[in-house]
Amino acid sequence: MLHKTLVILAAALAASAALPARAALEVLACEPEWGALAKELGGEQVKVYEATTALQDVHHIQARPSLIAAARRADLVACTGAELEIGWLPVLTRESGNDRIRPGAPGYFEAARFVTLSGVPTRLDRREGDVHPEGDPHIQTDPRNIASVARALAERLAQIDSAHAALYRSRYESFAGRWQQAIARWEKEGTPLRGLRVVEHHKAFDYLFRWLGVEVVGYLEPKPGLEPTAAHLAELLAQQKSRPAKLVVRPSYSDARASAWFAEHAGIKAVMLPFSVGGDAASKDLFSWYDDMLGRLLEAAK
Amino acid sequence: MQRPAWALVVAALACTTPAAARADKAADLAQIRRQIEQMKQEYEARIAALEKRLTAAEAKAGSAEQQASQAQAAASSVSRQQRSNAFNPDISVILQGRYASLSQDPATYRIGGFIPSGGEVGPGKRGLSLSESELVFSANADPYFSGTLIGSLSPDGGIDVENAYLQTLGLSHGLMLKAGRFFSKVGYLNEQHQHAWDFIDAPLPYRAFLGGQLGDDGVQAQWIAPTELLVQLGAELGRGRSFPGSDRDKNGVALGTLYAHVGGDVGVSNSWRAGLSYVQTSPLDRAFDDQNAAGATVTDSFSGQSKLWIADFVWKWAPNGNPYERNFKLQTEYFRRREDGTLTYDTTGLALPGAYASRQSGWYAQAVYQFAPRWRTGLRYDRLGYGSVDIGQVASGALTAADFSILRSYGPTLRAAMIDWSPSEFSRIRLQLAQDKSRPDATDNQLFLQYILSLGTHGAHTW
Repeated sequence: MLHKTLVILAAALAASAALPARAALEVLACEPEWGALAKELGGEQVKVYEATTALQDVHHIQARPSLIAAARRADLVACTGAELEIGWLPVLTRESGNDRIRPGAPGYFEAARFVTLSGVPTRLDRREGDVHPEGDPHIQTDPRNIASVARALAERLAQIDSAHAALYRSRYESFAGRWQQAIARWEKEGTPLRGLRVVEHHKAFDYLFRWLGVEVVGYLEPKPGLEPTAAHLAELLAQQKSRPAKLVVRPSYSDARASAWFAEHAGIKAVMLPFSVGGDAASKDLFSWYDDMLGRLLEAAK
Repeated sequence: MQRPAWALVVAALACTTPAAARADKAADLAQIRRQIEQMKQEYEARIAALEKRLTAAEAKAGSAEQQASQAQAAASSVSRQQRSNAFNPDISVILQGRYASLSQDPATYRIGGFIPSGGEVGPGKRGLSLSESELVFSANADPYFSGTLIGSLSPDGGIDVENAYLQTLGLSHGLMLKAGRFFSKVGYLNEQHQHAWDFIDAPLPYRAFLGGQLGDDGVQAQWIAPTELLVQLGAELGRGRSFPGSDRDKNGVALGTLYAHVGGDVGVSNSWRAGLSYVQTSPLDRAFDDQNAAGATVTDSFSGQSKLWIADFVWKWAPNGNPYERNFKLQTEYFRRREDGTLTYDTTGLALPGAYASRQSGWYAQAVYQFAPRWRTGLRYDRLGYGSVDIGQVASGALTAADFSILRSYGPTLRAAMIDWSPSEFSRIRLQLAQDKSRPDATDNQLFLQYILSLGTHGAHTW
């Protein structure tokens, strides 16, 4: 029994070693925004597997079988880092038996390393909720962060797959140019949003709002990662008198009930913003995703 | 800054001086000039003093800045010195406590029809009690190995080494080796720690066939195929220190396991895993207590071969694959065991050996539904199949079936229902009601209220 299985194992191993070198670089993107970015930078040269969608709360993902299989095959994992995936990424890198993606290896890419994180907690205590010690990890909601990450990711792709380094660099140049133009356009389009006051469901879009000059006056969650409570919602409603918010914003993965309740009682509008590429039908790539976020905010703020 | 004021004074004096000054006023004029000169000198002195103070202040500020940067440098070198503890392992602690109300005395717990596994398989203490606390240490040792130590602190004192193993890093090609004491990867539930289970206790087949949970001293080799579908193959060799093996003083290996797990996704909302595992052990004088026909307690023992097959299947569903709001989990495992060897009756007295052969099975199925964030409810049904048990001494007429009272034909069952509330990811409070028909002669109606708290390093979201 044991002998037979060992023979099968050895045969399978030999077979896997004999496989021809794969043409495309396998990228396991923890979040859709890095998957989309890898596609922008790698084109046909990368095969991207996205671990999560914009309709999923990335904090609460489990290391499901398909993810372990994807981590086993990956040449590169492209993740946010800053402990956003703390519950499942370490399981993937540990259990996949894939040295290419071990933390510290070139195949382990954490986007948060290449931007300045805001919202670093002053108190590291779980009494404060699900705090991220390194700072707010939802960096993808500021396009300038995407630009910094794009440069680093292109370099990383070129490092791992040096045969196609020129391709990654030239695609990066093209992307960076188009992205800078888009940022300029969004900043112009977003001027009417300056000074707008909003309440957020979760601390999800702080980077976006800082970039746009939108003031966040409160969160439906009493502490990060904790469910909204009646007492806390009442406090927020009372605050509407002194610092009235015009919108209540929730990310695409959150349930709509809490923000709908608040919007109704405060007499303001509730807005869903796609948390990443694929968060709604219009968000097909990084550009259309930002177009869509801005469009939704401008429409609601009218 | 003072210069304009001085100029103003001069201008003012000039204005108040009559334009057509007489000669006798010349002396006055000279005096005024002197006065002005005096004032000028005075102001210039004051200005010089102020400038001096300003330079001094600037110098002071500069040196303060320098001091600050020096202090900063010193601080960073201090923190560099204190960084020797940066390599300390990650630490986490699991705290558990419970209240149990049991209609039967837990001391009488046994699983009818099955050789007792000797593990901690009973329902535990009645009333309020502390459950085992768990201490977990883990870190990478070097580029080649990581290590994990999991100590279980018994509420009655003493530390049990639950897990202590090394794991290879960087073997690549999907290969991984483990050595030490670890929970076997056979089945689905076996590898999970008790605090991660969806119910407070292990299902009956785990209790009857694995003594609650199979954790042996040995080595494990695992390979994951480079495929879309997860294909995980592994083998373990061990000491066979606990049920279904028995600790023995012998060279070689007494336990071998093989496991294969496959799994994947169906669309974005469903994921699944199925597995087949095999456990083979050769227990030597595996002793258990029983009652004979006269009602006296006797110690019997089994030596021979024990072969166990486990088939497991788990399916999870969450709308859009987002388990935070709602999710559903279906989990089932089927066990089939064959034991052949010698059963010795009354080892301390008569010591009568006889051939023993059993073919027994069992399964459980459970479903857990999270109906709202933080709230879950679940049902579990366990059933053991007595199958066939052939005892040589009974067949030959040397003894009667009543001399092996625990092995009398019986099919134990257990029904459990639970509801739990998790205020956060790090705490859980659970209520479980169960009807335990492990004993042939009595039904144990159980109520458990349990808390589980997780401190320290963020736990892994295993599937």
